[in-house]
Amino acid sequence: MHTSRRRTRHAIAAVIATVSVIAACGGDDAGTTTDTTTVDDNSAPSDTNPCDGASGSLTVYSGRSEKLVADLYAQFTSDTGVTVDARYGDSGELAGQILTEDSATPADVFFSQDAGALGAVSQSGLFAELPASTLDRVPVGFRAVTNDWVGASGRVRVIVYNPELAPTPPTTVDELLDPAWKGKIGFAPTNASWQSFVTALRVTRGEDAARTWLQAFADNEPVAYEKNAAVRDAVNAGEVPLGLVNHYYLYEKIAAEGADAVVAENQYLPGDIGGLVNVAGAGVLGNSDNARAAQCFVSYLVSDAGQEYFVSKSFEYPLVDGIEQFDGQPAFDELDPPAIDLSDLSSIAETQELLADVGLLTL
Amino acid sequence: MTSARGTSWRSKLPAPLVIPAVLAALASLAPLAYLVDVAFDRGAGYLWDELWQRRTFDLVVRSGLLAACVTIASVVISVPLAWAVMRSDLRGRRLWRVALALPLAIPSYLAAFAWISWESSLAGFWGAFLVLTAVSYPYVYLPLTAAFGRLDQSLDEIATIHGKGSVPRLIVLAARQCRGTIAAGSLLVALYVLSDFGAVATMRYDAFTWVIYGAYRAGFNPTRAAVLAVVLVLIALVLVAAEAAARGRVVSTMTTRAVAKPRPIRLRSLAVWFQTAIIAVTGLAVLFPMWRILVWVTSHGADDGVGDVASALWGSVRYSLVAACITVLVALPIGLLVARYRTRTSLLLDRATYITHALPGIVVAISMVFIGVRFLRPVYLESPLLVLAYVALFLPVAVGGVRASAEQIPLGLDDVARSLGSGPMSVIRRVNIPLIAPGIASATALVTLAAMKELPVTMLLRPTGTETLATRLWTHTSVSDYAAAGPYALAIIVFVAIPTAIATLER
Repeated sequence: MHTSRRRTRHAIAAVIATVSVIAACGGDDAGTTTDTTTVDDNSAPSDTNPCDGASGSLTVYSGRSEKLVADLYAQFTSDTGVTVDARYGDSGELAGQILTEDSATPADVFFSQDAGALGAVSQSGLFAELPASTLDRVPVGFRAVTNDWVGASGRVRVIVYNPELAPTPPTTVDELLDPAWKGKIGFAPTNASWQSFVTALRVTRGEDAARTWLQAFADNEPVAYEKNAAVRDAVNAGEVPLGLVNHYYLYEKIAAEGADAVVAENQYLPGDIGGLVNVAGAGVLGNSDNARAAQCFVSYLVSDAGQEYFVSKSFEYPLVDGIEQFDGQPAFDELDPPAIDLSDLSSIAETQELLADVGLLTL
Repeated sequence: MTSARGTSWRSKLPAPLVIPAVLAALASLAPLAYLVDVAFDRGAGYLWDELWQRRTFDLVVRSGLLAACVTIASVVISVPLAWAVMRSDLRGRRLWRVALALPLAIPSYLAAFAWISWESSLAGFWGAFLVLTAVSYPYVYLPLTAAFGRLDQSLDEIATIHGKGSVPRLIVLAARQCRGTIAAGSLLVALYVLSDFGAVATMRYDAFTWVIYGAYRAGFNPTRAAVLAVVLVLIALVLVAAEAAARGRVVSTMTTRAVAKPRPIRLRSLAVWFQTAIIAVTGLAVLFPMWRILVWVTSHGADDGVGDVASALWGSVRYSLVAACITVLVALPIGLLVARYRTRTSLLLDRATYITHALPGIVVAISMVFIGVRFLRPVYLESPLLVLAYVALFLPVAVGGVRASAEQIPLGLDDVARSLGSGPMSVIRRVNIPLIAPGIASATALVTLAAMKELPVTMLLRPTGTETLATRLWTHTSVSDYAAAGPYALAIIVFVAIPTAIATLER
């Protein structure tokens, strides 16, 4: 039993390795085409504009909340005439629903909060391929290697820290293992972004190295919180000096309570596995009965209008070149995130099992 | 003579009842068929491996412990308090009768949010125990008030004459008479705890549902989720069998003079203890969450307008009412069969309906997605499928209500009607149904409430673009936006509490 699972893990590792190689090769190819595409899609020739002739209505499974995207969908409808029936829910749950519905799914588009859920749908072969005019808007690494989903906005893992308690915060996740930080790190064990980071750790360093890191992290007695916002608030309040969260939580708090109320700061982790950039993104379902409108919708997310919407509403990073990012964040080019195939973030089951093994999660 | 004839006709089930009852039971088992199919998807060997793991055993222990503790606490709360408000001279008993039923109006996730947003250290077993006991004891309390109300008062008089009329003795005596009702209520509580998701998820107590949800949602591993759900079904079967054993032979000592008001028993010096207990229970189970909701509502402005709340309310009311009416119609044949014709077939039909109720909502939801998209495509993600899922989920609630009230009609009444020449269906129509009309009304109310509170099935099967109070509330609370959640929480309390009060006052 145990050996069979180990064998499965090895098989998974082999698949990951293969996919990574393919990703690297595919990356170069796609990279050359990126340069030839221009940003001004409004003036693009009609045969490459997916919105030409788009009409009717679309069913969008939306893992992004109504509060965040309802205005964007309304804007899309007024720009294109295509109406959107949005089904809001949790990204993982909606992915589960699509996998259960299989080829009979009524969804035309799946707009997910994280890449792992997109990867799960992609691996089951339910997505249709996206045209180059959509894919090439976004740098390689933030879209599917299999060309069937595209990132719409970027979410960066950071260490949020309280400068009064931690004047010199760590710059890599390995520094977190220093006994000096024992009992001083807040994290949200059930949070999807934290688990995505651990998945990235497994994918890049392998199962054994990931287990070693997690064991050492567990030995450093991190403090568990319910969710990222609670971690951020605890750091800001001085309950705990460091916290592992996404970058935008800090800006949300500043926007809500004013800069004076917030002492916490973000430590970005360029060049480190800890600085993973996950994406929210979308794909078109292969069996969509309104594929043209669905393609139009996804292209709209990576259009200038769509990108500017996310910057203004969510403090996330735009993924398209030339879109002005939110003030006060480091430039997107400087983030230098780990190079992994984001679709691989779907292996969350293995991550949770590993976390349970080292005692960081109860299964 | 009469009894011999009674037994003979009572073993022959009338077809007009059996056919719809069998169909209803089979339909309610559809989600189970899906589960078994998926559980064996990777072969029996995989299933075996998943089952014989330490963590699966731990899960059984953890969930079982929680279910046992909540059930015991519910009985301990319900028996004396239901007796006090129905049989004693307790001051304000009519008001308390309603107040004690109100926690039924509060969804477990809402109560859990109320507590954890106030004191985060409650997380874990004790938090889950507190919240689940508070929201589920009415499943014992409510049917018990009905049963106590119809209990023949001559028993009290006989006990008093024999010098055994002290209050605790009378409570025990009454409870013995209503053993079947207590057992049925306990079963509902235990099944509720096993399948509850909201409270254990919020309190981070690692029970079955939490882990199953994780396997579906994050693991994209329907097989493991299905295997665990099948284990849950097996536990439910054990519980259902245990309840049947505990129920034993029901001796009908109910009065046929249902309108006769029993003379209240004097509590004297004990009254203060009952008042204190009732205030404590309603305080923890009703007033505390209400106070938290008022704090949320009055904290800085909510984003959603009155229109959003109104349309969510309309969504909730519409689907719940339609579902409740259909559920009770479907439950009627089963409830009548099991109460009036105690054969193995009728018992089996009754038990079958409990199985889906024991499944966590999220599992039923995914099953219905699977079944709906393949076999009921025209209504998939349309209102009929959502209503159908509610019916499958809440059938035992309605069957329990119908059965409990039908069991209280002395079987002799049927014998008399039969001996006067009435056919089996005529007895049902003209004798049984008019007598259980209050039971039917309260069963309808119970299902309406349950459906309005329901979350996972509503979330996955609601028509695209439709929101209900529950889905809105979940959306806001899942991002800890309690201020925005406030109006929806308040609406749920108000619009679910009112039918609860009606259902209680009926008696």
